[in-house]
Amino acid sequence: MKKRLFQSTMLFSLALLLSGCDLALFDSSGVTGKEIGDTILLTMGLMLIVVIPTILMSIWIPYKYHSSKADESYDPEWEHSSKIEFFAWGVPVVIIVILATITYFTSYSLDPRKELASDKEPLTVQVVAMDWKWLFLYPEEKIAVVNEVAFPVDRPVEFLVTSQSTMNSFFIPKLGGQIYAMAGMENRMNLMGTEIGEYRGISANYSGFGFAGMRFKAKVTSEEDFGKWVESVKASGQVLTDAEYDRLIEKTRDHKVEYFSSIDPLQFKNIIESFIGAQNGSN
Amino acid sequence: MVQTDLIKDPHVLTGKLHWGVIPFHDPVVAPVMFAAILGGLLLVAFVTYKKLWGYLWNEWFTSVDHKKIGIMYCIVALVMLVRGFSDAILMRTHQALSTSDTFGEGYLPPEHYDQIFTAHGVIMIFFVATPLMVGIMNVIMPLQIGARDVAYPFLNSLSFYLFLVGALLVNISLFVGEFAAVGWLAYTPLSGIEYSPGVGVDYWIWALQISGIGTTLTAVNFVATILKMRAPGMTMMKMPVFTWTTFCANVIALVIFPILTVAIAQLTLDRYLDFNFFTNDDGGNQMMWVNLIWAWGHPEVYFLVLPAFGMISEVTATFSRKRLFGYVSLIWATIAIMLLSFLVWLHHFFTMGSGASVNAFFGIMTMIIGIPTGVKLYNWIFTMYKGRVELTASMWWVIAMLITFTVGGMTGVMLSIPANDFVLHNSMFVPAHFHNVIIGGAVYGYFAGFTYWFPKATGVKLNETLGKWSVGLWFFGYFFAWVPLYYTGFDGMTRRLQYIDNPEWQLPMYIALIGVVLIAAGIGTQVVNIAWSLYKRNDPQYKDVTGDPWDAHTLEWYTTSPPQFYNFGDVPHINDRDPLLDMKQKGIAYKRPEKYSRIHMPKNTWAGPVLGLLTLPMGFGFVWHIWWMVIASVAAIFACWVKLNFERDKDYYVEVPEVEEIEGKFLKSNEGRNYYFEKNAKYYKKWKPSDQNDSTVVAK
Repeated sequence: MKKRLFQSTMLFSLALLLSGCDLALFDSSGVTGKEIGDTILLTMGLMLIVVIPTILMSIWIPYKYHSSKADESYDPEWEHSSKIEFFAWGVPVVIIVILATITYFTSYSLDPRKELASDKEPLTVQVVAMDWKWLFLYPEEKIAVVNEVAFPVDRPVEFLVTSQSTMNSFFIPKLGGQIYAMAGMENRMNLMGTEIGEYRGISANYSGFGFAGMRFKAKVTSEEDFGKWVESVKASGQVLTDAEYDRLIEKTRDHKVEYFSSIDPLQFKNIIESFIGAQNGSN
Repeated sequence: MVQTDLIKDPHVLTGKLHWGVIPFHDPVVAPVMFAAILGGLLLVAFVTYKKLWGYLWNEWFTSVDHKKIGIMYCIVALVMLVRGFSDAILMRTHQALSTSDTFGEGYLPPEHYDQIFTAHGVIMIFFVATPLMVGIMNVIMPLQIGARDVAYPFLNSLSFYLFLVGALLVNISLFVGEFAAVGWLAYTPLSGIEYSPGVGVDYWIWALQISGIGTTLTAVNFVATILKMRAPGMTMMKMPVFTWTTFCANVIALVIFPILTVAIAQLTLDRYLDFNFFTNDDGGNQMMWVNLIWAWGHPEVYFLVLPAFGMISEVTATFSRKRLFGYVSLIWATIAIMLLSFLVWLHHFFTMGSGASVNAFFGIMTMIIGIPTGVKLYNWIFTMYKGRVELTASMWWVIAMLITFTVGGMTGVMLSIPANDFVLHNSMFVPAHFHNVIIGGAVYGYFAGFTYWFPKATGVKLNETLGKWSVGLWFFGYFFAWVPLYYTGFDGMTRRLQYIDNPEWQLPMYIALIGVVLIAAGIGTQVVNIAWSLYKRNDPQYKDVTGDPWDAHTLEWYTTSPPQFYNFGDVPHINDRDPLLDMKQKGIAYKRPEKYSRIHMPKNTWAGPVLGLLTLPMGFGFVWHIWWMVIASVAAIFACWVKLNFERDKDYYVEVPEVEEIEGKFLKSNEGRNYYFEKNAKYYKKWKPSDQNDSTVVAK
C-alpha cells in the first residue's frame, strides 16, 4: 500500500517534470536545441526505468528485513548468488549499451560543427568574447554589433567564435548548443532558429568579475526584418576603427548595445592572429 | 598608488604587503577576522592556563601514531567544513537576494562573491572531503589489516602538516590580501598574471601545491602499508572492502597528484617568471591547462568516493548481520572504477571543440563507469536482503546515500552524453549533479563511516537520536537545496552568477535557501552530537568497554577502543574475509595467546611539525614575494632535514610485561560475551556450535 502510494507520487512528479516544458531547454526554438531537449528527456526516461526500482529497493529491503520483524529467511552466511550477480551486472550493461548507442549517434548528428540541412545559404557571424561583452561581426554585411545578434528564422547560421581575452563559452540556451571562445583560436557552431523571437544569450564559462553581465540579445527575425535590422546598424554611422576596438578591449560591465556601420573584412582574422603563436583556426 | 607600485616592484623586506591588504573596513570580513583572532587568543590562553602545551606537543603534535594523526585530520576537516559551509550560506543568501538587471544587487560585489565560490570549492574538496577521508583511512585502515602503524610513520606526520599548511594559507588569505577569484580549478588564461595580477591565485597555488604534495606522500605511505604490512594469512582477496577501496583510491592519488604538482608548477613559472605555458600569447596553450587539471581533477573525485563506497560496504554488512554480498564482484567493480577513472577527464569540456569522435569516446567511457557503480549499489542492497537490518544512525546514512547517490548517478550519465552536455555544460545542472554525488555519495559515506568508527577512535559511541536527526536534516536539506537548481539548469541558468537577470529564478533560489538552512541544522546537530557524546563518555550507554560495540566482523574491532598505542597485543593469523567473526565462531577471539612477544614501535618526532610548518612561511613568502622569508624557510627546512637524517634514536620496544598488563585488562573486559551469531545459531548452516574450541585451528 505504502509502496503503491510512493510509486504513484514518483510517477506524478515525473509527469510534472516532463510537462514543465516552458523550460528553456525543453521548449527550444532552434533545430539542434529541439533534438538535444528530446535526447535529454529520452536518456533520463531510460535511466528512470532502472533508477526508480533501485531507489524503491533501497527503501523496501531494509524495511522488509528490519531486525524487529525477525524474518525467518534470515541467512547470515549467504553471500553469493550467480543469478543476482548476473542481473547486477547485466541490467547496468544493457542500459549503458543502449545509452552508448544513443551517445555515439548523437555525438555526430548533434555536433555543433556539423552544417545544418537547409536549402538556404548559411549566414556567417563572427563572435568575439571580450571583457565583458560580446562583439558580433558580420563579414558579408560588413557590420559589427556589441551585445546583440540577429539572424533570419529558418536559415542556418555559422558562428565562428574566438576570444580577445579569457576563456568564455558562447551560449544561447533557447536555441541549443554552446562552444568555447578561446583567444588565438577559432571555434565553430551552427544554429538555426525556428521561431521568431528574442532570446537570452550568455557566456557560460566564468571569465572574471564582469561575467554575470556578459549577456546579449539573440534576435531571430523574419528575412524582411533582418534586412531592416542590418540597415539600422548601417545607419549608425560609427566605424569600427582600431581606436574604437581598443576602447572595446577595456574592461566594462553590463555593456550597452552598440552598432558599427563598417568594419575591416579581415578584422576577425586579425584578432585571432594578434596572439603570437596562435593555433591555426580550423577552416 | 602604493598598491600597484608594490605589485610591480615588491619591497625588499615586506614584498607586496602593506596595511591596505588587511580588510579592516569590510563589513563581512572584519567581524569574522576579529572573532577569529579573539577566539584564537582565548584558545591559546586556555591551553596555557591549563598547562596543556607539553601534553599536546608530546601526545599529539609530535605523534607518529596513525590513530592520533587520523583524529587530527578529522578535527581540521570538521573546522574547515564550518568555514566552507559558511561560504555556501553566503552564496545562497546572496543569489536569493540578487535578482536584477545590473550590478550592485545582492550584498556581495563580484570581487568578493567570486572569491567565495572559488574558496568554497577549494575548501570543500581539498580541506574537508580529502582530510575527512584521509583521517578515517588513517585511523581504520592499519587496524583492519592488523598493522602496528603505517609503513612510514614520520612521513604520515609530515603529510598531515603539509595539508595543515595548505588549510592555513587558505584561511590567512581571508584576512591578509585576497583569495583567488577564478573558480576552483583556476582556468587559464584567467588565472594567469595578465588577468589576475593580485595575490589571490598565488594563495591558491601555494595552498594546493603544499597540501597536494602531502597527499602524494600519504598515497605512497598507504599503498606501501597495504601491500607490505597485512596480517599473516590476509591475502589480497581476504582484505576488507574498505581497505581495498583505500588501496585503489591511493593508487589513483599516486598517479594523479604528480600531474597536479607539475601543472601548478608550470602555472607558477608562468606567473612568477613570465613563462608562457598557458598564456594567450607566445605559443601558450590554455587548453593544455584544462586537460592537465582535469586529468588530475576527474580521477580525484573517484579518489574521494571510493573509500566512501568501502565505508558503506562495512556498515551495511555489520548492521545487516550478514556477510557482505558479492565481495569478489565489489572488488572487481572497484578496480574497474579505478582504471576507468583515468579515461574520462575530457567529459568536463566537450564544448571546447574537440570534435564528435573524441567526444563520443569520452562520453561512452564515462557512462561505462556507471556499470561497476551500479553493481556496487545492488551488492549493498542484496547485503541487506535476507538480513536482520538494524537501522542505526550509520545505517540511516547508508540508506540516505543509496537514494541520493542513485539520483546523482543518473544525472551524471545524462551529462556524459556530449549532445546533452552542449546545453547542460556549466549550467546550474552541473553543480547540482556534482553536489548530488559528492554529498550523496562521498560525504554521506564518510558520515556513515564516521558514526560507525567513532567509538573505535574515541571509545565513545555517538548519540543515535541526534545522529538520525542529522541524517534527516541533511537528506531533505540536500533535495531542497539542489532540486531547484537542477530546475534552473534546465532553464538555462549558468553557474557562478553574481547576479541573476531572470526574475523567474527567484523562487527556486528561495527554496534552495531553505535547503541550506536545513543542512546547516544538520551540521549543527552533528557538532552537538559529538560534544554531547564526548561529555557523556563515562556513561555506560556511550562508553565502549569491549572494543567491539557493534559485534562486528573485521579486525579493527579486535582491540580496545581507543586502540592501544601498539594496536594489537598479538596479531592473529587470518583465515577468512570476516576474520573477527571467524575467530569468534572458532572460540579463539579475545583469548590470551600462548605468549606475547615484544613490540617494535616508532618514536615520536619533532620533525613532522617543524619541517611541515616551515613550509608555511615559505608559501606565505612566495605569495607576497618576500624573498628573504622564502630563502630563510627553505634553508631551515634543509637544515632540519639534515639533522633528522643524522638522528639514530628513532624506535623502541614495548616489553612483554607491559603488553601483558594492558592486554590482560582488555581480554577481561571481553570475558563472557554472548555474540549475536550465538543467539541466532540456528540460521548458520556452515558453522556449528560444536566448531568452538576446535583445537586444530591455532591462533598463530
